[in-house]
Parts: sequence; C-alpha cells; structure tokens
Amino acid sequence: MNEVGFILSIMPGLLHGAITSVFVALAAISLGIILGITVCQMRRSQYWPLVRAAGLYISFLRGIPVLVILFLLFYMPSAVNIEVPSLLVAVLALGLNTSAFQAEIYRGGFNSIPAGQIEAAKALGLSRMRILTRIQLPQVLSLTGPELVNEFIILFKNSSLISVIGVTELMRRSEQLVSTTYKPVEVYLAAAIIYLALCLIISRLGERLKGKH
Amino acid sequence: MDALTTFLLRWQSFLAENGPDFAAALWVTIRISMVAIVCGLILGFAAELGRRICPWLRRPVACYVEFFRGTPLLIQLYLLYYGGPRVGIVLDAEPAGMLGMSLYAAAYFCEIFRAGFESIPEGQREAAHCLGIRPWRRLWRIELPQMAQIVLPPAVNQIITLIKDSAVLSIITVAELTKTATRIMNISFEIVMPLCLLALLYWIISEAVAVVSGKAEARLTRHLTR
Repeated sequence: MNEVGFILSIMPGLLHGAITSVFVALAAISLGIILGITVCQMRRSQYWPLVRAAGLYISFLRGIPVLVILFLLFYMPSAVNIEVPSLLVAVLALGLNTSAFQAEIYRGGFNSIPAGQIEAAKALGLSRMRILTRIQLPQVLSLTGPELVNEFIILFKNSSLISVIGVTELMRRSEQLVSTTYKPVEVYLAAAIIYLALCLIISRLGERLKGKH
Repeated sequence: MDALTTFLLRWQSFLAENGPDFAAALWVTIRISMVAIVCGLILGFAAELGRRICPWLRRPVACYVEFFRGTPLLIQLYLLYYGGPRVGIVLDAEPAGMLGMSLYAAAYFCEIFRAGFESIPEGQREAAHCLGIRPWRRLWRIELPQMAQIVLPPAVNQIITLIKDSAVLSIITVAELTKTATRIMNISFEIVMPLCLLALLYWIISEAVAVVSGKAEARLTRHLTR
C-alpha cells in the first residue's frame, strides 16, 4: 500500500513532464506535416534535381536513428560556436525524423488519387496551388489518417530520447525523481503507465477520426 | 586544393586512430541487433501461436504486446537495467540491452504475425482439418507459405527499425556505435568527424539491409507472385 501512496505522490511531477512531452511531440508533428508534404511534392515533381534531393533526404533521415539526428543537431552547431536551445533542437530533430517517414506516407496517398481528377481540375482552370490545397490534400490527409496517427504514436515514444539533451520532459523528470528517491522500479513503472495511457488516448482519438470520414 | 588535402589528412588521421574502435562498436551493434531480431522473431511467433492455441493466453499476450508497444524502449531498458537489481535481476549492460531489445522486438513481431494469420481465410483451416491434415503440417504447408507476402514487408521494416533503435542502448552505457562515437567525441574534442561517421555507418547499414531483404523477399514470395 505504501508503494501506491508513493506513486500517487510523484504523479503530479511526472504529469508536469508529460505536458512538455506532449507539447514537443505536437510541435514536431506539425513541423513534420509541413516538411513531409513539401518533400513529397519535391519527390513527385518533374525536375530530377528536386526528385534526387528529396530521395536523398528521405533515405538519409529514415536511415539513421533519432538519437543520432538529435546528436547531430545538438553538437554540430557548437562546433561553429552557435548555441541552440535544446528544446528547439528536440523539436527539429523529431520533426525532421518524422517528416521523412511522413513523406513516404503521403506519397502513397497522392498516388491513390485518380489522375482524372487532376486533369479535370486543370481543364477547369484551377491553379496548381489550388489543386493541391483544395483537391489533393484533403483527400490525402483523410486517406493517410490512420498511418499519421501511428506515426504520431511512434514520435511520441521517441520524444523520450530528448531527455538525453536535457529537456525536462517525462523521462528526464523520472530520472530526476529516481536520483532523489532511489526507487527506480516504482518511478519508471509510473512513467511507463503515463506513456501507455497517452499512447492509448492518441490511438483512440485516431480511431474516432477514422470513423468520421 | 590545399584545403582539400588538409581535409583528407584530418580524416585519414582520425580514421587511423579511431577506425578500430568504430569497427569494434559496429560489431557490437550488429551482434545485439541480430540477437534481438532472432529472439524477437522466435518469441513473437511463439506468443502469437500460443494465443491462437490457448484461449487463456489471449489476455496476457495482449497485455504484453500493449505494454511493450505502448511505452518507449528507453523506459523498458531503464526498468530492466536500473529497476532489475531491485527485484533480483542483475545484468551487465550488454545482456540487459539484448534482453530488453528482444522483449521489445517480440511484441512488434507478434502483431506482424497476427496480421499474417488473420489474412488466411478460416475456410482453409476448416478444409485442412476435414482432410485430416495435422495442425503442424497445416501451419508449415498451408499457413506460413501464404503469410509470407503479408508478413515480410512489415517484418523487414521492423528489422531496420530495431537496428536503429539499438542506438538507444548507448544511454544505458552499452559500448555500441553511438556510445563509442560520443566517447570519442569526449576524449578527442572532435565533433564533426565522429558524428558524420556515425550517421554514415547507420545509413549504410539501413540501406544495405533494405536492399538485401528486398531481394530475399522477392525470392521468398516468388510462389505467390508467379
């Protein structure tokens, strides 16, 4: 019974960290959506340098671990004496990582839109940008919805890695609590339960989104 | 030209000094990943088979999968490595990492196998049963060959993800690639070269696994595509 009381007593501190985790994950997924769509458009364009660059971007960022992206962004600027806040590094690293995966997700979405729709839109005199934002994107986003939710869950779990560069999110909070209370099992289990609960909430919300379309 | 020569010379001396360390670390990463992949595949398959055979295993397996897929690998490793000694599991960093990664991998592979089994129509199982085909033979001759197409692509993806996830082991001080790179950064005060080499090595591994497994996949599913 003592353990339960202890876990309850550390919960507020952990939840405070969890808010930072969620905030960083949301910022990163937004960055990832914008970058992902941009890179996907580059990949689908007719200019080979753009296609090559997008291909390289996707292959590289998908090919290296999130932790390495994090280290690259965290230490490289210091080599040329630039100080970047670690919160920004965290959002950038997670966002870059997810953008490469998202670009591949969107590619499938764009490919599944019948070419006739685009031809019809062009024949009606719609501009390229308008075709993208009014015809393609709404369909792509609703088609790839479930995969995006999945990607968000992965991203949220990856956000535990940003504790390494000193962002005080859920993971870092629990490490701090362990170093003051010396109760690793209880603290890490409590943190694991919070991660689990948030992941379940995200996937439930995703299912609800799926039902709407 | 002079700048290029200095650049190359710096890389040469860096590689001459730290190359062996990186090679050793690369082997650690590959070793851990292979153990995790093999154990994960076996354990994941066993868990999925168990849950299909014994109904009372369904709930425990579902909880297992949910826990390991719903929490970050880092926290699982912390629980095992720092929490383990409190409950009598004392492991060195590397075995702890291998065990943690295997358990983590098994949960993902279990779900992949589930999708594979679910892709096979129930009627085929009934037909096999009526024809008197034994369950093991049915599994080996009817279910597994057809599952290949469903299981292999996500399994390959998962294998690449696992190799990349092994970087997380550096946080619990396993001397794999990432840990070695940061250690070299700390002792040599070089930042750019170790990090670039680190990223490059992971990139090469991922691409190599993708190419090799693409070929293997084509071979293993040729009975379905032709």
